[in-house]
Amino acid sequence: MIQQAFAGSVPLQGTEVAVRWDSLYNFLVGLSIFFFVLVVGSILYFIVSYKHDSKKKTQYITGSHLLEAVWIAVPTLLLMVIFVWGYSVYHAMTQAPSDAYEIRVIGKQWLWTFQYDNGRTTVGEVFVPVNRPVKLVMTSEDVLHGFFIPTFRIKQDVVPGMYSSIWFTATVPGKHQAYCTEYCGTSHSAMLAKVVVLEDHQWKAWNQNKEIGPIPEAGQPLPSKTQVAGTLGKKPLIQNISLVEQGRQVYQSKGCVACHSTDGTNKVGPTHKGLFGTQVELANGKFVLADENYIRNHIEYPQANTVKGYNPVMPTFKGLLTESEMNALIAYMKSLK
Amino acid sequence: MSNNSAVVQGEDHYLNHSRGLMSWLGTLDHKRIGLMYLFSVLLFFLMGGVFALLIRLELFKWGGHNLVDANTYNKFFTYHGAIMVFLVVIPAIPAALGNFILPIMLGAKDVAFPRLNLASYYIFMTGALFAVLALFLRGADTGWTFYTPYSIRTNTTVLLVLFGAFIAGFSSILTGLNFIVTIHKLRAPGLTWMRLPLFCWALYATSIIQVLATPVLAITLVLLCMERILQIGIFDPKLGGDPILFQHFFWFYSHPAVYIMILPAMGIISEIIPVFSRKPIFGYKAIAYSSFGIALIAFIVWGHHMFVSGQSELANFVFSLLTMFVAVPTGVKVFSWVGTMYRGSIHFNAPMLYAFGFLELFTMGGLTGVFLATLAIDVHLTNTYFVVAHFHYVMVGGTLMGLLAGLHYWFPKMFGRMYSETAAKIGFWLIVIGFNVTFFPQFILGAQGMPRRYWSYLPEFTFLNRISTLGSGLIGVGFIYTAYYFYRGMRSGAKADANPWNAQTLEWKTSSPPPHENFHETPVVTQWPYEYLPEDTSMPANLR
Ligand code: HEC
Ligand SMILES: [Cu+2]
Ligand SMILES: [Cu+2]
Repeated sequence: MIQQAFAGSVPLQGTEVAVRWDSLYNFLVGLSIFFFVLVVGSILYFIVSYKHDSKKKTQYITGSHLLEAVWIAVPTLLLMVIFVWGYSVYHAMTQAPSDAYEIRVIGKQWLWTFQYDNGRTTVGEVFVPVNRPVKLVMTSEDVLHGFFIPTFRIKQDVVPGMYSSIWFTATVPGKHQAYCTEYCGTSHSAMLAKVVVLEDHQWKAWNQNKEIGPIPEAGQPLPSKTQVAGTLGKKPLIQNISLVEQGRQVYQSKGCVACHSTDGTNKVGPTHKGLFGTQVELANGKFVLADENYIRNHIEYPQANTVKGYNPVMPTFKGLLTESEMNALIAYMKSLK
Repeated sequence: MSNNSAVVQGEDHYLNHSRGLMSWLGTLDHKRIGLMYLFSVLLFFLMGGVFALLIRLELFKWGGHNLVDANTYNKFFTYHGAIMVFLVVIPAIPAALGNFILPIMLGAKDVAFPRLNLASYYIFMTGALFAVLALFLRGADTGWTFYTPYSIRTNTTVLLVLFGAFIAGFSSILTGLNFIVTIHKLRAPGLTWMRLPLFCWALYATSIIQVLATPVLAITLVLLCMERILQIGIFDPKLGGDPILFQHFFWFYSHPAVYIMILPAMGIISEIIPVFSRKPIFGYKAIAYSSFGIALIAFIVWGHHMFVSGQSELANFVFSLLTMFVAVPTGVKVFSWVGTMYRGSIHFNAPMLYAFGFLELFTMGGLTGVFLATLAIDVHLTNTYFVVAHFHYVMVGGTLMGLLAGLHYWFPKMFGRMYSETAAKIGFWLIVIGFNVTFFPQFILGAQGMPRRYWSYLPEFTFLNRISTLGSGLIGVGFIYTAYYFYRGMRSGAKADANPWNAQTLEWKTSSPPPHENFHETPVVTQWPYEYLPEDTSMPANLR
């Protein structure tokens, strides 16, 4: 147990970013030890050398501008180095490449649901390919949650009413622990998930709904026989239709087709063909990027986002779509190139 | 002993000036109000401390179900946090020690508005009453941060706690106002700004933050109450609100509040180190101004609590950059304190020991703060036990060590008697060792990924959690022991001289305990308060 506790002060490195994170972290640990020893060491030294002795006098010193300049300048410089370094790693953490494989994540008191392009939905386990960028687009059905994968050194709050995202390129196959890190009530501490990083052949099999066999914890050998049962976790719910197709059905059944087209013609409302990723000019003169959050916002609060040149007649769909329907709808609209 | 107590009884001072319960409850004497605050705060500290121990007991074993169920645990950490922040750490030094010492240090008879001062006390107690009342109803389970939309939807009595914090906030604003006017208007003749003791400077900077930041908390809490009661959409997306907006509001107050908590403690350390090193403070101006530097920066860094909240990357960039600058004035202070000891003549009485404790713990807290200010590093560490450890090192290691240093330092002045120095040493080691044993492992737990506010955790975190729980027991014993020897000292300690530490600030120029009107004659100040000459190395308390 003791060995386990100190096996390393940080978890294994599951991504490239984790490696970069660790160098910065180690630098900070080293620097902190240096300054701690400097401060506490000087105190101890002074305690020993200048312990009260009625025969010795003190020296009347009220300050030194030179020293003050030094202990302002040196820390400032170091802090700037730390800042820049910290920002550059952060930037790498947050800028997802455009070809990242997208998975939609829904947090709900107290479980995690994952939706894939092929229409599958899993709960409590998210399956991802190794060595390929993956982006999680996340939202919540109720209160704040947080998605945290320590081995990848990334974390992001999951907020109701909007999308936030994280991305990673996992380099170590196996199961990685994920936690909810934003307090969400009774079972907050049980709102766990596993990120299952699959090797290429397993990923292919998984996508074809084939058996992939037991998966070990990341960085550990395959568990002994007795433990194999159950390692597969909950069987993924199998949907026959892809996420985009589910979205198309929502689009039809909720009546978007009454006012919108997907072939480029404008009706009562503008066409949705090629909308995703463009800059939209609003009636109030502002330009906004048509991303997940914009589309969601427009569906929930159309009056606040009226597009220039159109009448504000679109009804609000707030409360009429579940989070998974919303995810499917957005996936569909993204597909309308 | 009986001889001594006869002497204490013999002369007229603020403790025996008038008698009876009403002479306390209706008093306008800042010293008595200070003591009422002190004992109230200590009572709340006991409550908050009991919840802390319950939390640690629950976490002794992995997997939950050790002591209480998850809902009860969630209430425990909410009470612990809310009580400790709003009813202990924020008022402890300014309202209790500040009230007692500030006017005497300035050579004044009282604060500028004595009636307002008493009113502030009752406002504080009313707020506390509401918050504590909630405990006996359905409690509160939101954490002390009240994050929306959870706080809008939970069916616990959050409203009462919010209302309590709202009311207590006014006490903080009024006390701040009172102190600012007192410092401006009631300084003794000759007490120019550049002769002002650093504790007064620190309280001044603190008061400014109290007056400017607390109203924002009040507004936030009112909005939250309105949303809960009237269902107006402000922070809850279901009602059309924005949950992240709440975090902005909340931290706009709560980050500066961190400095309401720490600046006064820094002020105390700045008083104690020169006295017990028998040397002038190193870099008086730098220390005084850095308090204002910190106060100023305090208002523009709140976003560092929200790096993973979903705020924009640009905001993260700016907040991380600005936060780095907090470390600079803080470093200036630490280096100046250490520099003060150089070529001094150091006495190891309890106040000084606690100042050492402060320097050790606060340095750790400050350095780990740099980790959290660094964007990428924070992403992994935020909302884990690393943050818990960090702010306990700063709040407990800083504020509480400062409070204990100050309590020992001014104990003879407040009660006219000495505490036992040997007992104080034992108490100090229990608390400091207990503290490090409790919280150091939490840095590692956090880095390994254990999230905070977890009722149950995975088996691999067991060992460090056990150590932490054992440490908390040690702190508990340390505090009980400290309460005991303080009580002994108050009852039967040796009689204290007017100036047992041979210090130079004005409170030591009057008798211990001070007379009702503080000074028989208004003192006149002719020099700065840190004029410790090379041969002036002895201390009456240590000559017995
Ligand atoms: C009653 C007609 C009507 C219906 C039904 C309707 N919309 Fe709209 N929609 C509009 C109009 C008109 C606009 C342009 C004015 C505005 O921005 O509100 C618009 C604009 C939009 C936009 C912004 C387009 C852009 O170019 O920026 C989006 C996205 C959108 N609608 C999505 C939907 C979806 C999804 C549905 C179905 C769930 C839907 N709408 C149903 C009338 C409608
Ligand atoms: Cu949670
Ligand atoms: Cu802060």
